[in-house]
Amino acid sequence: MEHILEVTDVSKTFSLRGMFGQSKGGVSAVNGVSFTLKSKGTLGIVGESGCGKSTLARLIMRLIEPDQGQVRYKNEDLLKLGGSDLKKMRKRIQMVFQNPYSSLNPKLTILDNVAFPLWANGTGRAAASTQAYRYLDAVGLPKSYAAKYPHHLSGGQRQRVAIARALVLEPDIVIADEAVSALDKSVQAQVLNLFQDLKKEFDLSLIFISHDLHVVEYMSDDVMVMYLGGVVEKGPKEEVFANPRNPYTQALLKSVPSVDLAVRKAPETELLKGDLPSPLNPPSGCRFRTRCMFAEARCAQNVPALVEVGEGHHTACLLVHEGMAAVQNL
Amino acid sequence: MATNVQSIVPDAASAASLPKQPSQAAERWRAFCRRRAALVALVILAAIVLACIAAPWLSPYDPYAGNVKERLLPVGSAGHLLGTDEQGRDLLTRILYGGRLSLLSGIVPVIIAVILGGGLGIIAGYFKGIINTLIMRTLDILFSFPAILLAIGISASLGPGISNIMISATIVFIPPIARIAETAVKEVKKEEYIEAALSSGAGTGLIIRFHVVNNIFSRLFVYSTTQIGICLMLASGLSFLGLGVSPPTPEWGFMLNNLKQVIFIDPIVTIVPGIFIFVTSLALNIVSDALSDVLDSKG
Repeated sequence: MEHILEVTDVSKTFSLRGMFGQSKGGVSAVNGVSFTLKSKGTLGIVGESGCGKSTLARLIMRLIEPDQGQVRYKNEDLLKLGGSDLKKMRKRIQMVFQNPYSSLNPKLTILDNVAFPLWANGTGRAAASTQAYRYLDAVGLPKSYAAKYPHHLSGGQRQRVAIARALVLEPDIVIADEAVSALDKSVQAQVLNLFQDLKKEFDLSLIFISHDLHVVEYMSDDVMVMYLGGVVEKGPKEEVFANPRNPYTQALLKSVPSVDLAVRKAPETELLKGDLPSPLNPPSGCRFRTRCMFAEARCAQNVPALVEVGEGHHTACLLVHEGMAAVQNL
Repeated sequence: MATNVQSIVPDAASAASLPKQPSQAAERWRAFCRRRAALVALVILAAIVLACIAAPWLSPYDPYAGNVKERLLPVGSAGHLLGTDEQGRDLLTRILYGGRLSLLSGIVPVIIAVILGGGLGIIAGYFKGIINTLIMRTLDILFSFPAILLAIGISASLGPGISNIMISATIVFIPPIARIAETAVKEVKKEEYIEAALSSGAGTGLIIRFHVVNNIFSRLFVYSTTQIGICLMLASGLSFLGLGVSPPTPEWGFMLNNLKQVIFIDPIVTIVPGIFIFVTSLALNIVSDALSDVLDSKG
């Protein structure tokens, strides 16, 4: 399958400034992230809060300017574009945001919220409304909702509107940033299924960002696990979920509560120690070492690279690379 | 796909049969009417404004022509409902004619200040950095003077006259309104719908027009209605000090100034213009209070 989006070594450090503008160090939010998105595929990105998932999404959208790296969409580097070229390319990638209560303009009707991206791209009011009706219909909202305001709608309905707005520009790629996290479980399922349906109907490639492993497993073809701004493991979904190699991925998967009553697993060992370290001064070497139960002295000295450990399956862990038995057998 | 959609939205059929959604304005008007005090205040306000506009048809007297024999008639005299002033002019007539200037000098500066101050605040709030610093710090300098002092200073340097009062009041009201607008814009800019608009490729002008202005408008509107009452008092105060109209033009503040000479002869007549200033600004404040409740209740 060909790649529609190729992200290479993208980094962003937010510099902190003191009261008089002097530099007070930086927060390394995204650190050398690379991945590819297959055409019409779904890439799931998982990680704890604060690991840089949302920042990564905004870097790709160029809502935040990256410090370095490349984002190639069909062999065109998006980060080099400016002016009208950027505007043209922007339409190709659209985003569904996390909070449906903040992502819709409360003063515009549902129809106008969906039609606005078209106005912004020079479509006339009437044509834009016709198009917006089409997409409201596609996300399963009846015509009568068009004249309502966002506060008349429930969270799930609002998220449908947000999806319609992302689709109205007919993008090739949709980035869903925690798009179902704010919704009830029952509504989550509906919206996830809607994403699946729309993906087929409109030939979309999807980047699905979530902290919820179940959601990512359900949605994705490929999975990428992030920790503190970096990628620790990525590969095909089946590989990563069935055969996780990185200690962090293993800990994440073990920490998922099971709904199966028969599987009463009291974790015999604590897999994650302590809290997420501050990205203000991340640990040396492997960023995960401070919480890793297998960490050794060398983990503090060397930064592990992403190394292929299986068919398309990459992981960044010194211990795994050197074949440490304990990690493999966990 | 189509069947799937139906199952996703169980209330699709029932929603389609709902009556047309009442507009936001209608909902808010009903909420406003539930507040009795506000409704009464609005009626009083409307009555005062209409009476002032209709002054020539309501009053048989000339606001400028006095009658020496009928000086300082008490309130409630036959033919002179609110009595007469020190020159024997009908007080109600002069109140009605004077109200035109007084109300105008309360409203016009606020409207202009909302346009100018709101514009500056939006620009400062939307573009951070040097533009923000330049605009807001300049306004802070104006803001650091006590409002009355600044108004007196500007009025005095421009010379007396009702238009100069309005200019000075406008300058006094620009900084606080700009400040409110700037804060509101900064908050709105954090919302995800702005990010969504940016990622659709919308230009700055379009985003400000559709996403910023209408989301800060109710806050700006509510704040400025509270300022109308204050502006009315400020303008009357300046007139009282002799910086406004020149005699014999009627204006509430200036009438108060003239009548203060006779306060020991007839105190009731003296305070009549004061009562009108008081009632009008009180009514304005009650109405704007209710407006802030009604407009802020929903997103």
